[in-house]
Formats: sequence, C-alpha cells, structure tokens
Amino acid sequence: MPGKTYVQTRINGEHVDFLAEPRQSLLECLRDVIGLTGSKEGCNDGNCGACTVEMDGRIVTSCLVLGVEAEGSEIITIEGIAQGSELHPVQQAFLENAALQCGICTPGFIVATKALLEHNPDPTEHEIRFWLANNLCRCTGYDKIVRAVQDAAARLQEASA
Amino acid sequence: MTTTEYERNVVLSSVDYNVVGTRPVRHDGADKVTGRALYGADFDTAGLLHAKVLRSPHAHANIKSIDTSKAEALPGVHAVVTFADFPQVSDASVDFGEEITSVHDLQSNILARHKALYKGHAVAAVAATNAHIAEEAVKLIEVEYEALPSVMTAPQAMADDAPILHETMRTDELGTTIDNKASNVAQHFQHVKGDIAKGFADADVIVEREFNTVTVHQGYIEPHAASAFWNTDGRLHIWCSTQGAFPARDATAEVLRLPVSQVRVTPMEIGGGFGGKIPIYLEPVAAMLSKKSGRAVKLVMSRADVFEASGPTCGSNMKVKIGTKNDGTITAMQAYLAFEAGAYAGSPVGAGAMCVFAAYDVENAVVDGYDVVVNKPKTAAYRAPGAPNAAFAAEQVVDEVAQTIGMDPIEFRLRNASTEGTRRPDGTVFPRIGCVEVLEAMRDHPHYNAPLGENEGRGIAIGYWFNVGFESAVNIAVNGDGTISLIEGSTDIGGSRASIAMQAAEVLGIAAESVRPSVVDTDSIGFTAVTGGSRTTYATGWAAYDAAQDVKAKMIARAATIWDVDPDSVELKDGVFQSSSDPELNMSFKDLAGQLAGTGGPIVGAASRNAGGMGVGGGSFAGNIVDVKVDPQTGKTDVTRFTCVQDAGKAIHPSYVEGQMQGGSVQGIGWALNEEYYMNDDGIMANSTLLDYRMPTSLDLPMIDTVIVEVPSDHPFGVRGVGEANIVPPTPAIANAIQSATGIRMERLPMSPVAIMEESWKQS
Repeated sequence: MPGKTYVQTRINGEHVDFLAEPRQSLLECLRDVIGLTGSKEGCNDGNCGACTVEMDGRIVTSCLVLGVEAEGSEIITIEGIAQGSELHPVQQAFLENAALQCGICTPGFIVATKALLEHNPDPTEHEIRFWLANNLCRCTGYDKIVRAVQDAAARLQEASA
Repeated sequence: MTTTEYERNVVLSSVDYNVVGTRPVRHDGADKVTGRALYGADFDTAGLLHAKVLRSPHAHANIKSIDTSKAEALPGVHAVVTFADFPQVSDASVDFGEEITSVHDLQSNILARHKALYKGHAVAAVAATNAHIAEEAVKLIEVEYEALPSVMTAPQAMADDAPILHETMRTDELGTTIDNKASNVAQHFQHVKGDIAKGFADADVIVEREFNTVTVHQGYIEPHAASAFWNTDGRLHIWCSTQGAFPARDATAEVLRLPVSQVRVTPMEIGGGFGGKIPIYLEPVAAMLSKKSGRAVKLVMSRADVFEASGPTCGSNMKVKIGTKNDGTITAMQAYLAFEAGAYAGSPVGAGAMCVFAAYDVENAVVDGYDVVVNKPKTAAYRAPGAPNAAFAAEQVVDEVAQTIGMDPIEFRLRNASTEGTRRPDGTVFPRIGCVEVLEAMRDHPHYNAPLGENEGRGIAIGYWFNVGFESAVNIAVNGDGTISLIEGSTDIGGSRASIAMQAAEVLGIAAESVRPSVVDTDSIGFTAVTGGSRTTYATGWAAYDAAQDVKAKMIARAATIWDVDPDSVELKDGVFQSSSDPELNMSFKDLAGQLAGTGGPIVGAASRNAGGMGVGGGSFAGNIVDVKVDPQTGKTDVTRFTCVQDAGKAIHPSYVEGQMQGGSVQGIGWALNEEYYMNDDGIMANSTLLDYRMPTSLDLPMIDTVIVEVPSDHPFGVRGVGEANIVPPTPAIANAIQSATGIRMERLPMSPVAIMEESWKQS
C-alpha cells in the first residue's frame, strides 16, 4: 500500500490538515477523508463540474487535482459559501428562482457562479453561459440558472452600491 | 445570443387559490444550496466497506469460469461475490410501477449467470477497506470467457441468422407463442382501429418514411449508489439513490428471496433519475457483500458504469405511413415500431405504440410493435419512455403530409386533433384532454409568426404522455405551533416536497411554509410507488389532499367540541374555523393547534390512494415551436429560439412546472442534435464519458420559453403530471425546423453535423 503524505491547507477559512495517498484526488480527500461531502462526484474526469471548488482564487474541478497538490493552498467549498447562518446572495437567488431540481449539480454551480460574479459583476447572458459551460445540469435546461445568476448579480451590485 | 424577456404566461386557468399556483421557496432548498443534503454516495457509517464491480469486456460471451481466489487473498479485501452466492429465483415478475421485469432477468442483470449479454455486464464484486483496494482486487479476478458474435440493432437482431441472446426466448406473436425456434423478438403486438386498407384507398396523398434512432442515456449527474447493512438479526437495511424506495425494497427482496418485511430501504436524496433510477442494479450486490463480510458496504458506479451498465433508452427502427384527403382530413395512420430492449425483454415499445398517434382522431389506424433484445444494457424508463422515438417518426410524416397538401402544420393538426371521447388505436378512450388547447396556444404565440433569418428554419410538433396513477400514502400530524408535519414516501427529484406540501396547505388554509414535508423510509409510511410516470404531484399530491381533509374534519370536530356546537355548523375558511351558530365562535388554525393537547390530544390525519393505472386524468400534451440555424458548410445546427407549451391541468408550483418543461425540452434538444451511444464493431461503447457523450451545456442553448396551459383533470385541483410529455416533441420539432431551413428530411438521430451533411449529399 502506498504511503500517505501529510497535507496542510486552509479550507473555508480554517486550518485543515490531513493524510493523503498519492492516488487520492482532492475531491476524494474532501469527501472521504475530511468529511465535506457537499462537493459531488458526477464523472471523476473533469467534465461535469459537480466537484467545483475554489483553490487559491480560481475554480478547479477537484476530481482533477490530487490531494497532495493542495499543500499550502486556500480552498473554498460549497460548505464555505454561506456566512454562518446567512445564505450568500448567489444561494438565495438560486432558491428564489427555482434554479435547482435534483440539486446534485447545485454546489458546483454556486461555487462557479460566485467566482464569476467576483471576476465580472455584471455579466451578459452569453458571458454567464460561457463561464458555466463546464458545469452540467440535466434537470433545469439552464434557463432558471441563468436567470438566478442575473438576479444574484443584481443583488450583489445593489449590496455594494 | 442575447437575453430575451419572454412573458411567463399561464393560459386558460379558471380557479385561483391561496397557495396552489404560487411560487414559494422549496422546503429542502437550504440543504441543497449549502451542500448539506445527503445523496446516495454521501452515506457513511462506522466500519463502512467500499465495493467495486468486475464487468464483462465483451458484448456477448459465455462465462466458462470465474476464479476469485487471488482477489480474496489481497489484504484489505473482506468479501467477493458472484452469481453463485445468490439464491435461485423463479421467473415471476416484479412490478416497478412504470415497468415490469422478470425476477430471473433482474437477477441475471445484476450479476451475470453463465453468460454476459453486453459490455459492462456485472460479473463479480469485491468489498474492501477502501475503493482503491477494491479496484485492485477486481483486477485479480480471473474470468474465462468464450466470446460470441453480438447484435446491436433491432433489424440485425431480427434477421433469420442473427446470433441468439437467450436460447429459451420464444416470440409471443400476437398472443401466440412460436414454440419451434429461439428468437431475439420477445413480442410482436398490434393495435387495430377501423379499416386501414380503406383508409389509404380514401386518401388523396400518402407519405411513408423509415426512421432510425440510436441508444441515448438519461444522463443524470449523480451516478447510481447503494449501501447495505445485513444485520445479525437477519434484517437488511439499504440506503440508496432511487426513484422509489418501496419498489427498490420489493425488487431487492425478490432477488434475495427475502420477505419484504426483512428489508428496509432509506432513500437518500436523489441526483436525477428520469426513469433510470427505477430499476435496481447495486442494492442486492451490496447486500450480499455485507452478509459475507458482516460490515456495511457502499457501492457506487463510475460514470462509465452508468453509461455501460445502467439502463439507457432504446434505439429504434420505425416506419410510418399516413394518408390524407386534400381538405386536410387524415384517413389512415400506420406505424411499425421495432424497439431495442437491450439484453433482456422489455423495451418501451408498448408505451411508444400508445403515444404514437395519440394527438390524432383518426378513423383507421394500425400500429405494430416489436420488442427486440440486443447486446446492449437492458433499457430502463427514460422520461416518456418510447414516446419520443415514436414522435420523431410520426410528427415528421404528419409535417410532410401537411406540406404536401399546402396546409399550415398547426391548422392541419388542429383539424385532426384528439378530444374528449376520441378512441386511440390502442383502444383507450380519452377523458377531457388539452390537445386542442395546446395547439391553439402554439398557434397564438408570437413566436409562431416571428421573422426568420438566413439559414434559419422553424418547426413545430406535438407530443403526448399518458401519465400514471398508482399507490401513494401520506401521514400528517398537527404541531402545537400551527404547522403540520407531512410524511410521504415519494422521493423528491425536482421539488415535489413543495408541490405536495402546497396541496395540504391549501386544504388547511395555512401557508406553504407551515408544512414540514419529510420523505421517509419504507418502515415509516404506507406503500408508495415510484417517482415516475408523471405521477407524484398528481397521486401523492392527491393523497396529501385527502390526508389534509382528514385533519380538517378532525380539527372541525375538535373546534365543535370546544365550543359545544354541532360540527356541521363549523367550517374552515382562509385558515379560520368559524361556527355559523355564533359569529363570536372563530379561531385560527394556529390557535386551535395550540389547544389540542388539553382538548382530547394530538390530531393526525392519514390517507392512501391508488390513483389508477396508465392514462389517469387523460395524460398531458406538450408542443414545441423551434427555430434552428443550420450552417450550410458544416451542418452544425444551433437552436436559436425554443417555445414549449404544455397542459399542466393546474400548475401547483408554476416555477417547477416550467422547470420540468425546460428540462425535458433540453434533454430533447440533446437527443435531437448530439447524444448517441457510439458503438464500435465489437459492441463496445466508444464514448462512455461526459466529454464524448455530448449533453447540452449552458452555452449550447437559448432561454427556453414556456406556456402553461391549464385544462383540469379529475384531480381535486385539476393537476396533470408534467414530468414527461415535454421530452416528446423536441426531436421531431427540431427535425421539422431543419427541414424548413435546408429542405433535408432527417430520418435518423442524432441530427449531428455529420448526419446532416451525409443526408444533404444523399438527397441533393
């Protein structure tokens, strides 16, 4: 059995250290080692986006990152988006716009949307669709997701105005 | 692409309610936007083992021997199972609600018995301390195969010299078993109405075409997952992602030959199903591994497993022939439908045959259906199973007939549209339906007459799904703070907690937010059939309505007791109990709820219902208006505008009705333009990843405009299930739009750039 590596990270603002086998993905470490199961595995090859997390300021599909590569990095997962008991405006917008059905892709979409709106506070419909093209949703047809992102952008702009 | 602000309209609605028809935030929403909701693969418990499955590399092979000794010897391995660990079962059937399967076939599909019938067919399974060890151990299992020639399509499998999948299979030919020879055709049935020869003789114009479609997958984002713990007292507990905890329990019990009372299924949150999570694949395997190891075992499919070894929907070979008079009266409709069942009998051809001409009130019709086994995974239900295939063929021929006589395609359909009293070719007589109303809403929509650009075309189509009823149970308890706890057995795939809770809230005059809905395990509620067949908001919603009526009657009786008046004098209106004997005697639901303890004890209500079989409420019609732009150089097709019109009877939560319409539309767009199982010559799927099996992304699509038509059904609020009919019209509507843009009539799916260019070269 391969030996394990000691990995130190900050996850959702807190110091987290864990032991990772070289063959374990960051997604597997998050879910099975650390116990953060909000990031989902839909494909394990980077195509569905359900495992999207923010890593050192950019979004990655955590199934394509090795756990040992996370050494020293700052990670935000779906569990770190809400501030305490208060939902992030992106989460609130997804709820109020009925932008989820089964909900399995939702964590990835919310993490990706939050990053989009931090990069581009007022995206066009095309920019939203382009940014979210790495996140597959099979239930909604994306219509209500696009509307939720537009609504979240408006909420965030209102809050910062 | 630019944002278009479409009007969100609901047409023909006649009744307004306080809660029904509003758009509250769903009750399970917070858990699902924060990552707290627990899905199939999120299950964990002390000592949990992880399992992996060894799958056949051959599409068709005899299994000569299986040697698991090396796998068993690997450190960390706790149990290995093959078919030999499972009990012999009879050939009885298990009823999943939307589909019926023989227990023998079900068990053989779960772990192959002497023969692998498709690439990916499960052969053995290993449970180990982690998934990586289980994966290593699987590779140590030695299987000796004798590869056999395989068949991949219905026409191939129906050929006289075709390799035979099941030596014991005999064709049921119009009700008579053909005993003298093994066949890949499980069944041939026929629906006949009127005199088809006379119908075609009376026609001025006859159009006939042949169509082929290939295997496609439901594409839910969550792979199948099941965990099991077989306790020392003989009780088996399963935690799984399923569309129906009770059917999963019953099927698992049948496969393991256990009484159902020995099996308890706890449904986890489900990450999409669309019919594909009605059958079981993993539950008995995890259970047997648990029995052998004495530990809880979790088994999760990979994405490739999902493609290769769950249940996609069928490829099909179809011929449709339609005759009409020059005045637009259809005189005859004929269909030949040969659907692939996959490795075991049971394609959705029966449903396809019920739906193929459902929109048309025609005097003379014949529908022939063939259920054909091929060396692909056993098909499962996929959203209106069978109907989109049939519609792809029928709605294109209808379009061509209308073109030939020079009639507008919507006017042509309206002239022949089914209404209440129409008898379909399969014999069903429609109750009140919304076929005409859907067509009229399409005709009246601004999209229908909007201008088109260069290389653009517009197509329309209508589709039907019959909807099912089946069993549901709901319990309600009144809480002291004026809320109610609602216990149900329908797994919530797309907001059904909300649509069920809202029906109870409406009856009791309380807010949607005052209902606490819970989806519970099979020990905790009465039998409830699958979340499928567009039944949940209709049937479980109806049970919730009845349970709320039970609560209401008991609350009225309690108020009467407190006031010492005749219960008949008390009514509940807008959330207030009022006695007609004295205007002073009134009390809100909340006030009365707070007094229950000291006035006779808590109040609970319960109801169960069998809401009927197939076709309850008349089913639902959906229609599309689609604009496409086809690149003449490459054949690449973009959907530039899409309108979905559907009869919802009464939209309980319009946002989730629109969501069903939009989701079904986009699955239909993917089916039309991109999605296919690309099989190589050895019967191996060459594109079993989400990169190569190309489902629509957000960037591929426009906004999906929706129009909800409300023609009420027999349900107390008039609900019609809306989950499925919306996937039926997109493939023909897009084909008709491509024909309008290019002049090319597409006779196969998907209508990929390659397919369009090949047809273009062939037809020019």
